[in-house]
Amino acid sequence: MNVLTILLVLLVLSTAAYFVGQRQALTVGGGSAKQLHSLPSYHGFYAALWVALPAIILLVLWLVIEPHIAESVLLANLPQAFSQLSQAELDLRIGEIKRLATGNIVGATISPELQAAADGYASTLTVSRIAMIVAMAVLVGIGFLFARKRISVSLRARNQVERVTTVIMFLASLIAILTTVGIILSLLFETGRFFTMVPFWDFLFGIHWSPQTALRADQVGASGAFGAIPLFAGTMLITVIAMFVAVPVGLFSAIYMSEYASPRVRAIAKPLLEVLAGIPTVVYGFFAALAVAPFFRGLGESVGLGVSSESALAAGMVMGIMIIPFVSSLSDDVMNAVPQTLRDGSYALGATQSETVRQVILPAALPGIVGAVLLAVSRAIGETMIVVMAAGLAANLTANPLESVTTVTVQIVTLLTGDQEFDSAKTLAAFALGLVLFVVTLCLNVYALHIVRKYREKYD
Amino acid sequence: MSLAETEGAAPAQSGQQGGEAAPAVNEPKMTARDANVYYGDAHALKQVDLDIGTNEVTSLIGPSGCGKSTFLRCLNRMNDVIDGCRVVGDIRLDEEDIYHPSLDVVQLRARVGMVFQKPNPFPKSIYENIVYGPRIHGMVNSKGDMDEIVESSLRRAGLWEEAKDRLEEPGTGLSGGQQQRLCIARAIAVNPEVILMDEPCSALDPIATSRIEELIDELRQNFTIVIVTHSMQQAARVSQRTAFFHLGILVEVGSTEDIFTNPKDKRTQDYITGRFG
Repeated sequence: MNVLTILLVLLVLSTAAYFVGQRQALTVGGGSAKQLHSLPSYHGFYAALWVALPAIILLVLWLVIEPHIAESVLLANLPQAFSQLSQAELDLRIGEIKRLATGNIVGATISPELQAAADGYASTLTVSRIAMIVAMAVLVGIGFLFARKRISVSLRARNQVERVTTVIMFLASLIAILTTVGIILSLLFETGRFFTMVPFWDFLFGIHWSPQTALRADQVGASGAFGAIPLFAGTMLITVIAMFVAVPVGLFSAIYMSEYASPRVRAIAKPLLEVLAGIPTVVYGFFAALAVAPFFRGLGESVGLGVSSESALAAGMVMGIMIIPFVSSLSDDVMNAVPQTLRDGSYALGATQSETVRQVILPAALPGIVGAVLLAVSRAIGETMIVVMAAGLAANLTANPLESVTTVTVQIVTLLTGDQEFDSAKTLAAFALGLVLFVVTLCLNVYALHIVRKYREKYD
Repeated sequence: MSLAETEGAAPAQSGQQGGEAAPAVNEPKMTARDANVYYGDAHALKQVDLDIGTNEVTSLIGPSGCGKSTFLRCLNRMNDVIDGCRVVGDIRLDEEDIYHPSLDVVQLRARVGMVFQKPNPFPKSIYENIVYGPRIHGMVNSKGDMDEIVESSLRRAGLWEEAKDRLEEPGTGLSGGQQQRLCIARAIAVNPEVILMDEPCSALDPIATSRIEELIDELRQNFTIVIVTHSMQQAARVSQRTAFFHLGILVEVGSTEDIFTNPKDKRTQDYITGRFG
């Protein structure tokens, strides 16, 4: 009986308990819900929770503890021959035994001792599983009887069910938060290992990026360099180009949408603009690499400029187009949040619409617009797919948008693509870069949201 | 039955009285003849004939939704801003048709200013709030001009003493009553001929209200004022002429004294004595 089946059975049982509880509550209440403190359905949920929850908690605990107990039983019963082995060899054997017991493929030849140990391990697991199911069945039964006994006219079933629901919701949000914490910790841990190999200041302020570590001292590329400045500069260059596209276009379209467009135009144009946000970034990527970059190169050739096929300009332009909806949609929202009374006040003084927009709406909405732009910047910095496809790999330290540059995200992708050894500085550099990226975008996001929120409070 | 009769009689009455009896207006600043307003299909204001006397305070009273604010917004074409709103009729400022295609609404609003129900200072400094209007109309050229206009407007709005030391602070930081006086100062700064006030005291406490009412009385020397109010006492205190609207119809208009002491229409009587509304 695997875990999925157990859960399904539990679901069926608790559903049954729901109906029994509901029916019983009705009976207790004399056929109507009027006498009861809580509605019959809450009594049903009460019974269902008493049936399912204790059993599920037991299941989770059991699944966490079971492997440890089974392993210690296995170790205790190992034949004498194993006790002379080193720790590494022992681990290998134990792995083999476990795989043998669960019917997976085993590399080594199977000796009789190994087979015996595997059989023993398998039977331990079977016993444990049976014991678990019995224990769960007992808990289900006790829970069911307890709930039946508790159901009465005055039982505050609603309050108790709602309390349990609150706890479940809290656990759900806890999972999300703990995941974030876990990601940060793993980043921090690996980054720490990286900085034991490469000095912190060399990484943060070095201007030469050539991420390789040699296996032998005399190998080509033995002099790996991990100066991340060219990557930061490349990222900044592409982001700046993207903002040059996204801010004017996004802002003007937001002004048009919120101040000039008739409701009908707005109803059609705004969703169309937001479709841009729904296009997968991969699609933008090959648009940049196959259409925009060759176009700029051709354009450069015709006026005698050397434009790289993977120019920062092409990647930045396309990224700018991608983040237009961020700027326009958020700016549109903040401009709509400017109270109509301010517009009326301006019109009543004889201001034209453009004067009103320039001198009243935009200043009033400015904090929100700045927030929108900062969010867009953090999006641009973290964007990966477009730059992987359209920006280069060479870490040039240049401010010329016609040359190819590389970004933090591109380097992370190249460092971690394919088979990697996780003890070389090359691989670990990706974590350090990831941490930098995370810190920068986090700061931008926090600051942007702070500005947006401060602005919202002012008018609500 | 009697309601139908008076309904028919009301516009005629006001029209006749405009030229002769007590509430006569000798030099009307603004005139409305057969003014109708539609919001989509709803007929919000029906065949209103009303004169606004020069350098007088005219108050518009009536229960909510009676069309008094709608009428007020016709006078500086603020209804243009509302989608689906249509104004039909003849409304004139100094004999000039303000709905004529050749008239520039920007210039109209420079001549007919407006103060709103809720104080709505711009999120700028007090100083910038005042110079906003003069600047867009090109009335000021130098810092000296602006300083002068700021001081004179604030003085006329009775806010100078309270605000002179904090001109660079945001206008939104003032109290509600001060904000409303700032809005009045802002409107005065453009030097309009008419000031429209849409329930200017409804968001204010009694003390701030009485200050605004004093102010309105002083401003009457230089401006023509039209005020919409829900407070009968306020209408009685500040205005010389009162018009009573009901269900989109101008029921009765006359000198404030007549309206409050000797209303001719039963609905007016019922409203001012508090029997409905």
